[in-house]
Amino acid sequence: MMEIWNRHFECMDRDELKKVQSERLRTTVERIYFNVPFYRHKMQEAGLGPESIKNIDDISKLPFTTKTDLRDNYPFGLFAVPMSEIVRLHATSGTTGKPTVVGYTRNDISTWSEVIARTLTAAGATRNDFIQIAYGYGLFTGGLGLHYGGEKIGASVIPVSGGNTTRQIQLMHDFGTTILACTPSYALFIAEALQESGINRDELKLKAGVFGAEPWTENMRREIEDKLRIKAIDIYGLSEVIGPGVASECSFQNGLHINEDHFYPEIVDPVTLKVLPEGAIGELVFTTITKEGLPLIRYRTRDLTRLTYEKCRCGRTFVRMEKCFGRSDDMLIIRGVNLFPSQIETVLLEMSEIKPHYRIIVDRVNNLDTLELQVEVDEVFFQDKISQLQILTEKLQDNLDKAIGLTVKVTLVEPKTIERSEGKAKRVIDKRKY
Amino acid sequence: MIVNQLSVFLENKSGRLTKVLEVLGMENIKIVALSVADTTEFGILRLIVSDHEKAKAILKQNSFTVNITEVISVVTPNEAKHYAGILKILSDIDISVEYTYAFSSGEKSVIILRCSNNEKAIEALKKHKMI
Repeated sequence: MMEIWNRHFECMDRDELKKVQSERLRTTVERIYFNVPFYRHKMQEAGLGPESIKNIDDISKLPFTTKTDLRDNYPFGLFAVPMSEIVRLHATSGTTGKPTVVGYTRNDISTWSEVIARTLTAAGATRNDFIQIAYGYGLFTGGLGLHYGGEKIGASVIPVSGGNTTRQIQLMHDFGTTILACTPSYALFIAEALQESGINRDELKLKAGVFGAEPWTENMRREIEDKLRIKAIDIYGLSEVIGPGVASECSFQNGLHINEDHFYPEIVDPVTLKVLPEGAIGELVFTTITKEGLPLIRYRTRDLTRLTYEKCRCGRTFVRMEKCFGRSDDMLIIRGVNLFPSQIETVLLEMSEIKPHYRIIVDRVNNLDTLELQVEVDEVFFQDKISQLQILTEKLQDNLDKAIGLTVKVTLVEPKTIERSEGKAKRVIDKRKY
Repeated sequence: MIVNQLSVFLENKSGRLTKVLEVLGMENIKIVALSVADTTEFGILRLIVSDHEKAKAILKQNSFTVNITEVISVVTPNEAKHYAGILKILSDIDISVEYTYAFSSGEKSVIILRCSNNEKAIEALKKHKMI
């Protein structure tokens, strides 16, 4: 039987959970209405008072909060407690302007430790484990977030922080690390460095890893699991909400359980902002229902995913979110259908004959949107038969049609004609004029 | 006999064939035969060259998708009936020709064939003393 850290909440009957969420939402709304002028004004504009929110279903009446709101109120404008109550500050890098600052009360730190304790337990960690934390420590929430949760379950925490891969491997070997916590790309980097290090994998006691803070694919998971011979658990979080610990996979690795007794999720259409039914892909929105320092109401994460409320085999009743599909900023509307470039990427990744180097070109011909997908021909697959290439094109077209319900014109292009980028590649060219 | 043919994937846009020939020319690769098969979207350039391994390396360096395919080359007198004769030998034993191209020089013709079964085709052509 797999361990569950907090069976009371994590396996709670959903009707019971709804009561807990309703009560916590009411408390949160009162807190922000009376303590945060920004929220009070927004609620008043919408004709709402604290009494308007009676249970969790009333949440859809509340206005949304965005990252811009956090920036506009930099640094502490949205805090709901006096600074004397704040015991910790974290901040995100301000790549597009001012950083986003988050503040925690003592209770918030305790909540955070609790949700990370659940995450680590779901990954198989106990008090007998050695957890090596190779997330960055500092203003970034990754390192310290995992740290406190690790201590809470009573494990031996190794706060090595990121970087210095040779030392990471040495400590892993000498201390007998059993759980690794870092970004998935760094896990892969460590795996490759291990192969060249002269230390045999069999000399390590590593059994699992908790990886997050950046998007990664199933292929990447398989690679990490094969190379390090561990179970790779996906974890999700964002600093604004709390940091890591918002959601995490269980040992079945079939979606990430959201800690719903603290963070209430909704899926909305990024354009109309209407709440979407279970199973629909849309933008993930969170309301924190226990946070004191920086409560957030219907915070738009920009991450795209879908939810399932079906009970998991692990026994947890918490809703599961799928690995994020991409960012809502990237959404295209083609003939009225919402399309995310990542949906196309998923189809490409499933076809071994094609490398996922692609470009999407959207145009409008005779008032009709057209969608073209340019894909590079890979040498491994290329032979000299025209028919073979045509069959490949048709198969791809067919798979896309099934996956996204849109007709896509597939064009094969020569290798390396599509721009490579380490970060955000320019995958979409929209030629439509509005 | 069996010869090694280079196949190069080309997008249907101007200047691509020129680029292939330029980079091969710079390295003194001689082209013995050339044919282009095209669709509306892309084409496949087929080449028989003096040094196929070197040519492949050069094209790869220049980011072309290249592959080497074995094809059959038959030398016959420069008359249509000989070409017909070869095709008949193959169709009689149910070997289909995926593509073929030919060129002549003086009295001789060189016919290039890619068949569904190259080994069987060669055997049959040898039996009929065509190669």
